[in-house]
Amino acid sequence: MAHHAPEHEYTADGHAVHGKANVKPILKALAWIVGITAFEFLLAFTMEASTLRNSIFIVLTIFKAFFIVAEFMHLRHETKGLIWSILVPMALLIWLLVALITEGSAVGEAIFGAAH
Amino acid sequence: MANPTTTLTNSASYEAPRSGTWDGGNEPFKVSYGKLMMWFFLLSDAFTFAAFLTTYGMVRHRHLAYTGTAADFKFSTTYWPIPEKVFNAFPGLHGMDIPLAFVALMTMILIVSSVTMVLAVEAGHRMDKNDVQKWLLWTLLFGAMFLGCQAWEWTHFITGSEHGLKMADGSMVYGANLQVNEYGPVLFADLFFFITGFHGTHVFSGLCLLTYAFIATTNGTFHKRGHYEMIEKIGLYWHFVDLVWVFVFTFFYLI
Repeated sequence: MAHHAPEHEYTADGHAVHGKANVKPILKALAWIVGITAFEFLLAFTMEASTLRNSIFIVLTIFKAFFIVAEFMHLRHETKGLIWSILVPMALLIWLLVALITEGSAVGEAIFGAAH
Repeated sequence: MANPTTTLTNSASYEAPRSGTWDGGNEPFKVSYGKLMMWFFLLSDAFTFAAFLTTYGMVRHRHLAYTGTAADFKFSTTYWPIPEKVFNAFPGLHGMDIPLAFVALMTMILIVSSVTMVLAVEAGHRMDKNDVQKWLLWTLLFGAMFLGCQAWEWTHFITGSEHGLKMADGSMVYGANLQVNEYGPVLFADLFFFITGFHGTHVFSGLCLLTYAFIATTNGTFHKRGHYEMIEKIGLYWHFVDLVWVFVFTFFYLI
């Protein structure tokens, strides 16, 4: 390592400047994401397709998204104002998703009958 | 207007930096302009991808679902196909049924590239030029690998199988295009092309940005600037691409 900063030095956003990399939280997030993905694969082959399985997949996906956004994108360490201005607009998408999937089912019923 | 001194004083006051709390001098989010705008761009991009995935959900619910067991599944245009029967090929293992293995590999490659990107950002915090270069190169390598895998996946999807699918009018269909495909309803292939294609375009843009970042790091541009914030901004974009893939993976390949 060519560059060795003194122990007491800090960058503008509060990170301690050390000569050695601090990778522990990064590897922890990686372990969670890989573990969850492996579990999803296990479910895909051991569990019959159902609404329950799909719900589990979606919850696990949101967990993975949490690790990527919070740790990799560093959002967990930003100010509360920034965190909320990113997360609140995303919450509106849940409404969009529910509304349009209901719409899709209604169109399907109109075409194929109530058995759909 | 008649007094030149007044004019001079006025123009000088315009040039003075505004530092008052209600005068643009505050940074309530404690991030730079560039990083904040990258966050808001990514928010808008998330809306675009969410619109794509919501469309997928809507179109899928509009079609009939396959209700039998996975073992009895046969391709048909009357119902939506199940993903483990469509995506079951692996390069070099022709004709074998290996469901979802290749997409698992692609997912891992992209997640690992995200980790090497965090390490590049972290090295930038330490002003360690060699480490930034090293981790950027790894990220470029994994990103290019992912794009290569996607190219193979698309080629396989477009070419299709030897058996193909017999349509209602007796004609045979092999592979997929925007009008017809052997896997299921027309919109299944259309959404595959648009969603994975739009994601792949983002990966490609990310690779261009990473190439620029690598060249600039090598030239010492960021070191002279005194900070590696550009790596952080490109890092945010790159993680977002990974984030989108996590959702595409779930909605397209698992559910």
